[in-house]
Amino acid sequence: MIGNAPFFVVGVLFMMALVGIFMSRNLIKIAIAVTILGSSVNLFLVSLGYRAGGSVPIHFLAGEGEVMVLPTPQAMTLTAIVIALAVTALLLSLIMHVWRHYGTIDVDEVRRLRG
Amino acid sequence: MNWNEHLPALLLALPLLGAFLAPLCSLGGKTVRNAMFMAISFLTLLVAFFLWRTVLAEGIQYYVMGGEGSRLSLPSGMAVPVRIILEVDALSAFMALCGAIASFAGALFSLNYMSRFTGLSRFASLYLLLTAGMLGMMITGDIFNFFVFIEVSSIASFGLIAFWRDRPAAVEASFKYALISQVGSMFILVAAGCLYGRYNMLNMAAIGSALQMGTMEKLALVFLVGSLAMKCGAFPMHMWLPDGYAEAPTGVTCLLVAVSQASLYGLARVCFSVYGIAIGSAFIPWMIIVFGLASMFFGVAMAVVQHDMKRLIGYHSVSQVGYMLLGLGVGLLVLGDPRAMAEFGMTAVTGGLFHAFNYTMYKALLFLAAGAVYYATGKRDLNDMGGLARKMPYTAVMFLIASAAISGLPPFNGFVSKLLIYESSFAVHPFLAVVALVTSVLTLASFVKVFQTAFLGPEKGVLAGVREVPPAMLAGMAVLTVVVLGLTLFPSWSLSNVAEPAARALVDQSGYIGAIMGGGM
Repeated sequence: MIGNAPFFVVGVLFMMALVGIFMSRNLIKIAIAVTILGSSVNLFLVSLGYRAGGSVPIHFLAGEGEVMVLPTPQAMTLTAIVIALAVTALLLSLIMHVWRHYGTIDVDEVRRLRG
Repeated sequence: MNWNEHLPALLLALPLLGAFLAPLCSLGGKTVRNAMFMAISFLTLLVAFFLWRTVLAEGIQYYVMGGEGSRLSLPSGMAVPVRIILEVDALSAFMALCGAIASFAGALFSLNYMSRFTGLSRFASLYLLLTAGMLGMMITGDIFNFFVFIEVSSIASFGLIAFWRDRPAAVEASFKYALISQVGSMFILVAAGCLYGRYNMLNMAAIGSALQMGTMEKLALVFLVGSLAMKCGAFPMHMWLPDGYAEAPTGVTCLLVAVSQASLYGLARVCFSVYGIAIGSAFIPWMIIVFGLASMFFGVAMAVVQHDMKRLIGYHSVSQVGYMLLGLGVGLLVLGDPRAMAEFGMTAVTGGLFHAFNYTMYKALLFLAAGAVYYATGKRDLNDMGGLARKMPYTAVMFLIASAAISGLPPFNGFVSKLLIYESSFAVHPFLAVVALVTSVLTLASFVKVFQTAFLGPEKGVLAGVREVPPAMLAGMAVLTVVVLGLTLFPSWSLSNVAEPAARALVDQSGYIGAIMGGGM
């Protein structure tokens, strides 16, 4: 049961992030929610690769243990973190431009495109 | 050295090299940068063409990244592929060719169109990065790699949509797209995680060979179908599409059309090659069909009331994507039934894929023509235009050809693919064909209106000084016009040599799996 705890955390974080994205009115808070969404997915990947009592998956430092944690999800997570960083930077810079043009970061007031 | 073997890797390496070369070449001045930009775009198109020829002649090509040999899909002692593999079957090559043509035309068009703006080294860089991301989505055989390429193309397109960052609407459109597409990409990553958790594999062919339908697989399928339908602009999640298409610089819009087709390709690949018959229930096929119907009808209904030219064409994109979803959905619905498959399933898939090719060509052409009008007149609102056919005859003719193609007037290529979709969807339920036909009529009405108000009618006084656009822009449009006319004049050749091999490759799940899992060679 306790082994499943990370997945509950993932579910809670994922839902929190979705609620944040759809409910917040502040663009910065939306950007934060997007980051949380990314983190929850990364946590999901890392917990997938965890094996109870496993050692580090390095060829020459593996130690005594028979079981190793899986290296692939860790590589995937690293890639995803880098991508999430780029997206967050872009989102924040776009918010900066929105602020410059509209003088507000309230979603309801940033609405020139409709219909 | 056998170059054919390395074509899949070259197809990605060329635009990536160009993307990082662009800032360097800009140091040499405008001519050097433009020459590099054009050379790379043209070479990418050539490589895509040769790859397509090779795949048609020799069957599925694959390329193992970072392995002992580029053709060693299963290293000794391994039962499953562990490396990143590019797998190019007839469908991938077909989509890559289509994307490369759009990319080349857009690049040619942008030479003149963008020349009055600064920051062009970044423009060329992001443009080629977007091309690389799009082609990567089309030829990768690895689901995590697919996610990476989706993100490469998304990040490049956020930058390009907001390229005119002094325009509030462009920044807003870009933010909207960034938000929606990031949520969609995270869903795809969750789906990749679900599949990895079940099978310890990321290769699509390998997952396909082991797939047993269970809860995790259903979850992954719903996440993948939902987010990819969003990325190609299906109805309830379409709101980013008209904004993004209208606000991006026109050369980029032309490429964005092709990028949305890459997402459609991903959807088809996941449904047919990874899941295939294992999908079992009719729920997902019907979901895709309903997405298609809703996009068709609501897209065109929202388009007829628009009066901003690019936005109007953008809404038509939503409705055109509906046709492809309808075709693919019908094909997926009868995938497990050989008799129905032979009767109308293959026709539906062929029609859907052929429509994807046709759509990319004429829709890119429409956007380029709208951009040319904007370049010449500085106006986007249809109410401010009139009588442009006298001033811009070439643009007017090409716009007319593209509008005839999108409205599905015989004998244009749009008619051929739409007819295939009508026929096959009628066999499932007449209502589907009715919606498709009504949409086609409304599309025609809408484009008659656009052509009449913008190009015909009395000349407006303020437009007296308008002249035809410069040669590079005309050349960009001409590339697409030639393709549209070629497909129009030789419909049976293009069906049997272009669309049908792709459709056969799509439904041939065992062929796709066998190429990777079949042996180490």
